[in-house]
Amino acid sequence: MRLHGAPSLYWLTEPPEWRDRLRALRAQIAGVHDPAIAWREAMALAKAPLDFQRTVALDQALQFGLGPDAVRAPSGDRHAVRLAILSTSTTGRLGAAIRVACLRRGLACTLYEPDYGQGLQELNDPQSGLYRFAPTAVLFATDARTAIGGLAPVAQADEAHSERQAFVARLTRAWRRARDAWSCQVIQQTCLPLFPSLLGENEHLLAASPAHFIAQLNADLRLAAGEAGVDILGVDAHAAQDGMAVWHDAALWFGAKQEISATAAPLYGDLVARVVAARRGLSAKGLVLDLDNTIWGGVVGDDGVAGLVLGPGSAAGEAYLSLQAYAKALAARGVVLAVCSKNDEAVARSAFAQHPEMLLRLDDIAWFAANWQDKATNLRAIAKGLNLGLDSLVFVDDNPAERDLVRRELPMVSTPELPEDPALVPQCLADAGYFEAVTVTEEDRARSGLYRSNAVRAELEAQATDLESYLADLQMRLSWAPFDPINLPRIVQLINKTNQFNLTARRMTQAQVADLIAAPDVLTLQFRLRDRFGDNGIIAVVIAHAVADAAPPASYRIDTWLMSCRVLGRGVESATLNVVAAQALVRGAGRLIGVYRPTERNGMVAEHYAKLGFKPCEAPDLTEEGGFVGALDLDDFTPRPTPIAIDQMASP
Amino acid sequence: MTKAEIYAALADIFEDLFGRSDLVLKPSTSAKDIAGWDSIRQIDIIMAVEQRFQIKLTTRDLDRLTNLGDLVKVISRLA
Repeated sequence: MRLHGAPSLYWLTEPPEWRDRLRALRAQIAGVHDPAIAWREAMALAKAPLDFQRTVALDQALQFGLGPDAVRAPSGDRHAVRLAILSTSTTGRLGAAIRVACLRRGLACTLYEPDYGQGLQELNDPQSGLYRFAPTAVLFATDARTAIGGLAPVAQADEAHSERQAFVARLTRAWRRARDAWSCQVIQQTCLPLFPSLLGENEHLLAASPAHFIAQLNADLRLAAGEAGVDILGVDAHAAQDGMAVWHDAALWFGAKQEISATAAPLYGDLVARVVAARRGLSAKGLVLDLDNTIWGGVVGDDGVAGLVLGPGSAAGEAYLSLQAYAKALAARGVVLAVCSKNDEAVARSAFAQHPEMLLRLDDIAWFAANWQDKATNLRAIAKGLNLGLDSLVFVDDNPAERDLVRRELPMVSTPELPEDPALVPQCLADAGYFEAVTVTEEDRARSGLYRSNAVRAELEAQATDLESYLADLQMRLSWAPFDPINLPRIVQLINKTNQFNLTARRMTQAQVADLIAAPDVLTLQFRLRDRFGDNGIIAVVIAHAVADAAPPASYRIDTWLMSCRVLGRGVESATLNVVAAQALVRGAGRLIGVYRPTERNGMVAEHYAKLGFKPCEAPDLTEEGGFVGALDLDDFTPRPTPIAIDQMASP
Repeated sequence: MTKAEIYAALADIFEDLFGRSDLVLKPSTSAKDIAGWDSIRQIDIIMAVEQRFQIKLTTRDLDRLTNLGDLVKVISRLA
């Protein structure tokens, strides 16, 4: 029998000499070497479109016969993942695939895999290995046969219904237990719909038929997970897309009780890694589009606006339009769009303004780079202009030479290998999972508008004679409130996504943040900024803890201070400090302590506390290399001058 | 496909899966000859063989494998 095709990571690029480089890496790791260099090389090898065999080979090179420090992520704990897989079936090499997919994203993943079926027992036993492991994420993987249990296929509808409810309730309790124990990310895998039908097309008439039961159960799981803030790993949807035969290998099930086929392992691992990365705010944020032969057919400079292939009238024209529609829908849910094209700017803009079939409009594009500079230079300018990291950009270009140049110059930008047919590009972007998201907030929906008004503000800034009058012209209003359950998802998102204006880059789970709402000795503040162009939403978060053992005056230590980069340079810091100081005074504090903890990305706030008048103080237990700890005496604090009006948010 | 070609491909697979390039593969080679060839590794080998040769072994094929010679016979029948 011939093998069914395996789902492949087709958007990744094959680096030359992969196998020789793996051999070299293996030899390097076995000898005296620099763990950080080995890590970078391993990461580069992980970015190839690996099949099962090469996934195992790379994982083996890193895992076996080596000390734990043989290959080390330079960033240390910040990029460490401790994942426990609580599976009811054999996981085989799925773990290897998860480690390699984490490596692809710069995450160092350690796994804990109890023997299959033992996971839930360990969850109930504080003496177990699972508790010693203390995961940062727990994946519940329930196989379809376990889910069915003893339910007879001919059972009545109400019995099937209560079985489903009981099953989901058991899992909900397990999720809560994991959360309570480790405040960790919880991921629930859906069941593979692998049962052959008993009736056929009208399977739903038999409520307890295994095929129908699993379909219903997966719907229930999604609902319950959504309510509990648990992340879904939707293997059922991928099996529907790729074909069950490539996700489930009956011979492997009967031979080794492994439900997810090894051929699907590389994709499975990637799906797990993207959900883990998304919770850490590491998903891509910006989609950068080339123009000619990418979002329309033809070259606007040669063919003219009227000569472009776009819209009804040709299959290709419809296909280009479908990519525009996809980009526009991504923007509507919070992905920022930019253009990076070798073109005359006026000509490129005229296509947007004049072509009647254009779905993307100029005001959908947060940054428009159409010029004759090389694309790497333009991508750097886009990242800087939009205050996004280069590693959060996805660059879509039909031209293999341009893609190759960008990959060489900017390996941190995600540059997918595109299908030649424009009709297949939207699915390619979806399959690659660059923009994986685990929450949807109101700010996401409004984001593209915000970036757009930023462009208008930038223009105003250029016209204003001086910064002060520009800021006054903005008519800004900063509203503050303690954390509340309604805004919790946005607060958690900011805590986990903000990289640059983030003094300590301390990440927290939703459960951990929720716990702060009622904590008596913690000052929590969220800030919303409005101006005459609109509402920027929640843009800053401060968390300060009362310091227990300090001699009077009592102090509040600012453990988290972060701000969205889209309101940079507008004096929000001073207004924020005025609120923090006032609220600390209300709580009887005499001093604020500010901590700056350096990361790879937050250099822009190294001087933050010094600029706000904090005096350096001795605190060896808080100070890190290159960091800063300062104190601000509140007794003689006068509010800092600011053009921003301050008020307290109306309670929700 | 010749036996020699099949053994060359198997050498690649074994190097990847065991992380060693010094393994000598013969028809009589079996799990007891290579350190670390356990039941999980056995599955790895089958999966890698299926992908490399674009074939699918049946449950009956799987039950009958005792050494590398058996595996090569199955491959030459299916590939």
